[in-house]
Amino acid sequence: MNIHEYQAKDVLRRYGVPIPPGDVATTPDEAEAIARRIGKPVMVKAQVHAGGRGKAGGVKYCPTPDAAREKAQAILGMDIKGLAVEKVLVTEAADIGTEAYVGIIVDRATKKPVFMVSAAGGIDIEEVAATTPEKIKYHPVDPVFGLQPFEAQQLGFFLYTDAKQARAAAKIMQALYRAFIENGCSLAEINPLVVTPAGDVIAVDAKMVIDDNELERRSDLEALRDERSEAPSEVAARKANLTFIKLDGNVGCIVNGAGLAMATMDLVKYYGGEPANFLDIGGSSNPQKVVNALKIITADENVKAILFNIFGGITRTDDVANGIVTATKQNPLKVPIVIRLTGTNDAIAVKILEENGFAAMTDMDTAVQRAVELATGQAAGTAAAGAGR
Amino acid sequence: MSVFVDRNTRLLVQGITGRDGSFHARQMIEYGTNVVAGVTPGKGGQRFEDKVPVFNTVEEAVRETGANTSVIYVPPPFAADAMMEAAAAGVKLVVCITEGVPVVDMLRVRPYVIAQGARLVGPNCPGLITPGEAKVGIIPGNICTPGNVGVVSRSGTLTYEVVYHLTRAGLGQSTCVGIGGDPINGTGFIDALEAFEADPATKVVAMMGEIGGTDEQDAATFIKERMTKPVVGFIAGQTAPPGRRMGHAGAIISGSSGTAAEKIEAFGAAGMGVARRPIDFVDLVRERIA
Repeated sequence: MNIHEYQAKDVLRRYGVPIPPGDVATTPDEAEAIARRIGKPVMVKAQVHAGGRGKAGGVKYCPTPDAAREKAQAILGMDIKGLAVEKVLVTEAADIGTEAYVGIIVDRATKKPVFMVSAAGGIDIEEVAATTPEKIKYHPVDPVFGLQPFEAQQLGFFLYTDAKQARAAAKIMQALYRAFIENGCSLAEINPLVVTPAGDVIAVDAKMVIDDNELERRSDLEALRDERSEAPSEVAARKANLTFIKLDGNVGCIVNGAGLAMATMDLVKYYGGEPANFLDIGGSSNPQKVVNALKIITADENVKAILFNIFGGITRTDDVANGIVTATKQNPLKVPIVIRLTGTNDAIAVKILEENGFAAMTDMDTAVQRAVELATGQAAGTAAAGAGR
Repeated sequence: MSVFVDRNTRLLVQGITGRDGSFHARQMIEYGTNVVAGVTPGKGGQRFEDKVPVFNTVEEAVRETGANTSVIYVPPPFAADAMMEAAAAGVKLVVCITEGVPVVDMLRVRPYVIAQGARLVGPNCPGLITPGEAKVGIIPGNICTPGNVGVVSRSGTLTYEVVYHLTRAGLGQSTCVGIGGDPINGTGFIDALEAFEADPATKVVAMMGEIGGTDEQDAATFIKERMTKPVVGFIAGQTAPPGRRMGHAGAIISGSSGTAAEKIEAFGAAGMGVARRPIDFVDLVRERIA
């Protein structure tokens, strides 16, 4: 789960990271009041879960409170990469001497938290990694012992030659590491970490991504979720305990299990169609889940055909069949449906479906081809056929 | 022969009285797995299905029953502790089915389990099955049949789909290993491949990967440099958008890294058979088994 810059900064302040004062505003009036309270020139920054906010015009320098009101007016309601800006952060404009990058990720290769630091900050770190990888220092931390002071100091001296600044940076890195671990992050970064002309080391922008698995036990972190920054269909799916990701195609897919769901989408593409979504109804069978899944899929007007692909292991296919019957009785379908069921209780499932006027298939390839034909109005392509060798 | 689990497996079920644990314990017993003990703190002294003794702690269960393998069905907030408890008690193979274990927990659990000298499979995995000998986890027994194809996968139902096709085509399995879909796990592809390479009963390996990370690329390098047995691979998520977690915590393309295309390319470069569809495994495996 992504959290906003202002939320990440609130977290990091609690761990002692020096951050210029600021507050979040939802109206131009509030933005002006915050700027007045700060009493210095401010930055007004759009709070959306998208990169490139500055380039999109969502970050502005405001020398006066009146300017802050004006810029907030312009930024609030702005569309950045399809996301409407509903909040702005109004924060003291820092005097910038140099800009560095400090980040921590969970590294899958080393199975450790890894620091990435670079004196080339202020820009996208992926860009630095691609063009000048030698400018980035990677440092895996032993999670059993945590980040030791000497390690933090090494990283500090990698960034700065001035001892005072290196020590200040080391302190910030220890705080960042603690915040990362204690808040179950999968990413935490400060970019840029700024040295002001006066020699102070401060965090001017911050980003944190919380591991979704952490949220169940941490209501304080779950409370940071901004539902308005997510697609409404994905919010509905999460509340129904389904994993749903909207895509641009027209074959609506309902599958059990993440790997099979991805493989089903891929097979749709293989036969010349485009999947409308990723949807995993999960391992346990519950007719209500099927009802909810159909509700979400049919709300997408792009969907021209619905494809069920269920391999019953723990999932009982008869439960899925009952869910389909119930859901379509409540809300009759406007688009064709193709149902593939194999595994636990599939004979019962097929009987239930046939008694209710549905055809059921047992083969995944046949079902996907049929769904593609129905969605595109033409025979499924085999452009990719033969590529199997 | 087989890898990791077999007739000598003496299985302990952590969370045996819970909803999932009891259901799957019954299934494993029905399959013929030697389930020797269960653990649920506070329910020690009971018997599961009037047969399997339940203990309060893993330490006690191991001492009393000689359990050498544990399978975990406890809720996510307790899973880390359960894995560590099993390893500390001397269990040599710890299989964690639980989905949703926080990644910061796994950062501690993994080195702990390794330090105890135990092997961890999972979390967030379907477990293992050696057809006809032992089922440890949730892989449906009826779709498997004994044979000489080793199966290793990051996914559950996708594995079932492939195994179902293999079985129908008369291609039985030595062992199926579900390593799970989390970014930090115990056993990886290379560990399983190494075991299959050493297992006389395995002739060919079928491997199902997915987007995210570089485990499949590293496995491809291992296959090229260290394996004599042929491997057929598949990658799920060719149509997945970047930056989105596709159900599994580990199935995410970060920036431009971890895509299906780069993994498929690595498979090709390693001389592996590449299945474009699950059903393609049948022909590709059959060609290599002869």
